[in-house]
Amino acid sequence: MYDIVNNITLWVVPGLILFALLYASYRRVKVFDTFIEGAREGFGMSVRLIPFLVGMIVAIGLFRESGAMQVLSNLLIPILNIIGIPADLLPLAIMRPVSGSSALAITTEIMNTFGPDSLVGRTAATMQGSTDTTLFVLTVYFGAVGIKKTRHALNVGLMADAVGIIAAVLVCQMVFG
Amino acid sequence: MVNLLWAGMLISAIVVAGINGNIGLVTQIIFDSAEKAVGIAFSLISIMTFWLGIMKVIEKSGFINFVIFFLKPLAHWLFPGVPRNHKAMNAMLMNMSANLLGMGNAATPFGLKAMDELQKLNPRSDTATDDMCTFLAVNTASLTLIPTTVIAIRTATGAQNPTDIIGTTIVATFCSTMTAILCDRLYRKYNRWKNRSTNL
Repeated sequence: MYDIVNNITLWVVPGLILFALLYASYRRVKVFDTFIEGAREGFGMSVRLIPFLVGMIVAIGLFRESGAMQVLSNLLIPILNIIGIPADLLPLAIMRPVSGSSALAITTEIMNTFGPDSLVGRTAATMQGSTDTTLFVLTVYFGAVGIKKTRHALNVGLMADAVGIIAAVLVCQMVFG
Repeated sequence: MVNLLWAGMLISAIVVAGINGNIGLVTQIIFDSAEKAVGIAFSLISIMTFWLGIMKVIEKSGFINFVIFFLKPLAHWLFPGVPRNHKAMNAMLMNMSANLLGMGNAATPFGLKAMDELQKLNPRSDTATDDMCTFLAVNTASLTLIPTTVIAIRTATGAQNPTDIIGTTIVATFCSTMTAILCDRLYRKYNRWKNRSTNL
């Protein structure tokens, strides 16, 4: 099972490029000229993101390194205990919507400490895989086109994260518990 | 809301650092994080350039019609404000396909391209449209079939069966995606109702 999934994963990207190029050549599209035409937009789009990324990543880095995140998670432990989220998973639950790289680091740390096949380890893996970094996605996507009034997007994203995290805990308890 | 969150994070961080006696570290952390942010933007340049080039080939050759065949009906229902064969629709479909297959770094360029095209349909350039909000809702919930990164970590930490979390991940991500779509729909309805009552 693992080998099959792993192979599919390895083949997805090269396979897509392969078939896209084969089909385009068959349709007599000037592939390289067309590639350049599209690729030209890449630079400007990335550079336009810099102010948004700097603003967000500084805020998140400072929030984590200063110890403010620890204070917040200490405050939240009683509430999350009521919902049934184990305290070991709390840092991950808080960090997941905020910072992708920190969440990944926390997930790895949990697997190393408790073992990847423990209930906590599997729940962490499920949590990590089932939601995306809401704040990062919002910053990057809205930042790229200069949207300042984001309306209900943040609320919706955080609501979805909360449901995803709780669902991960419940499903893992049912399947692996 | 973003403004509040941003200010809140920075203010609480500086206050906590002050109380803990770490105030000396604040400046260093700011510079380090800023450098990291620019680093991310620069590493995006290479990925963006390549994938936007490939996307153009996929679009122009008509290959896109194969890629998006299954998602199209869903996409028209999700984004009623986007015309059927608009470039925004193509880019959003590519983004959603890439996410489903766990191609995270290919999904971002398609997503940004979609935002760029959606912005052309936007009458007020500083405010998000309904369709932009829906698109971001779907993206932040990240409907994935193969969580590639997590499988890699599980392999690295010596799991007996690294892929056994695929099932639970699909269930959890399905719940969060449904929540995102549902909340977004409710917000759309609420805003329309609010606008109607203010116009009366």
